[in-house]
Amino acid sequence: MNKKNILAVPYVLWAILFTIVPLFIVLLYSFTKRDSFGGMIFSFTFDNYKMFFEPIYLNVLWRSLRLSLYSTIACFVIGYPMAYIISKSDIKKQSLMIMLFVLPLWTNFLLRTYAWMVVLREQGALNEILLFLGIIDEPLQMLYTNGAVIMGMVYNFLPFMVLPIYSVLSKIDKSLLEAAQDLGANSFSTFIKVIFPLSFPGVASGILMVFMPAISTFVISDLLGGGQTILLGNLIQNQFMMARNWQFGSAISMIMMVMIVISMGYLTKHSSKEGGTGLW
Amino acid sequence: MVKKYLSRFYAFLVYLFLYMPIFLLILFSFNDSRYGGRWQGFTFKWYTELFSDGSIMESLYTTIIVAVVASIVSTIIGTVSAIAINNMTPKKKAILTNLSYIPMVNPDIVIGISLLSFFSILNFKLGYVTLILAHITFNIPYVIFAVLPKLQQLNPNIEEAALDLGATPLQAFFKVILPEIMPGIVTGSLLAFTLSLDDFIVSFFTTGSGVSTLSIKVYSMTKRGISPKINALSSLMFIAVLALMLILQLRDTKNNSQNNNV
Repeated sequence: MNKKNILAVPYVLWAILFTIVPLFIVLLYSFTKRDSFGGMIFSFTFDNYKMFFEPIYLNVLWRSLRLSLYSTIACFVIGYPMAYIISKSDIKKQSLMIMLFVLPLWTNFLLRTYAWMVVLREQGALNEILLFLGIIDEPLQMLYTNGAVIMGMVYNFLPFMVLPIYSVLSKIDKSLLEAAQDLGANSFSTFIKVIFPLSFPGVASGILMVFMPAISTFVISDLLGGGQTILLGNLIQNQFMMARNWQFGSAISMIMMVMIVISMGYLTKHSSKEGGTGLW
Repeated sequence: MVKKYLSRFYAFLVYLFLYMPIFLLILFSFNDSRYGGRWQGFTFKWYTELFSDGSIMESLYTTIIVAVVASIVSTIIGTVSAIAINNMTPKKKAILTNLSYIPMVNPDIVIGISLLSFFSILNFKLGYVTLILAHITFNIPYVIFAVLPKLQQLNPNIEEAALDLGATPLQAFFKVILPEIMPGIVTGSLLAFTLSLDDFIVSFFTTGSGVSTLSIKVYSMTKRGISPKINALSSLMFIAVLALMLILQLRDTKNNSQNNNV
């Protein structure tokens, strides 16, 4: 018995008390009945899960999946070339370019999203510019649309895609690229056959780090979707804060967690098969 | 050559996308109009009025107090448990690292509602205490994963050498181990501090009436338009963070060039 093991006791107790036990309470809530005041009645039921399969809630699930998938794809399409460009710059510039990606994360997330409300609204900056340039004749409805929500997700989560891809790309052994070139590959086939497969662990981790906050967000959809775009996160927030149906809210949370665990398992399996290094 | 300019232009566009809203925020903090959007002339008044706005200042204090307390406690617990984890058998190590992954991979909203359910079952009054407990919970893993790599790089012989030379285990820790892993501890505590400072979702579910952090204050304002005073405050915070980052960066490059000279 190592004496130093004792040092882990405070943390283990903390994690059990404030992470494990609360999650079990959510699990418990999701399988119990609700009294008329929202309290818990200890009797086992599947009703909360059954309720989720009503068309109105399945629609929310479908919309959440769709919007977070779109924004993950957009982050990948925008972020991969960016990570590649950074990894190809001089070493001195690289740390500055990465710092510029981290810096926005240090300003308040709500304010950054709010700034987009100001940009996208009917009398907002973007409409004014487009009107001024004569591209449009009357203001476009941009705020409170699905597009605005997707854009807000891309804006907020893009760094989470760029950083892991960059960190994998910058560690690729240069001699592999030289070998590919010596063996007659042009720069395009070097990229497709060598660089891209090697960067897969970074891509997998980027996808996860974008998809997860995207599927669970309620702030972005609340501000930029304006109540029209209800996502899983909004539904959960609603059940806990307004409808006070914690049982149903807990069931939705459990379903969301299961989806995340499944996609995590899938991506981890694939990234380690291709690249070797773990996801995190 | 064309390729180089193309990639520069692309990088420029992406950075423009990232920074445009932030520049707008800063711009609006100087705009002489109550409801942003249109430019009405330059003013400093939001900056002067900011410091006399009691409710904004109070939420700023709450944010800072919560972030300071949560990052100190989580740095201590996180560092101590990183030391323990580093000395464990692989099996126990795996259990503890997986335990630490849970808050990191769990969506914030689930952390928030699970703690809310927990506190309410215990009839805990929501407020300062629950806020700080929640922040410590999501901070500890980040500290552990910042400190752990430094411990793994550590030469195990130096602790033994210190002990052989007559240091007590405590002395060996404070005089030998601690200075070596300090960079990891600093990184971890800064990370914890900024995570706390920026958190909205977990705070939203774990705070009670009357106690609001800046993020919660901002959220409550979004529907009817945010006061330019908030823009002024966030511009100041952005400048402060920028300055801090530049100082850290400069210190880094200085250290590197010194190391290269040796």
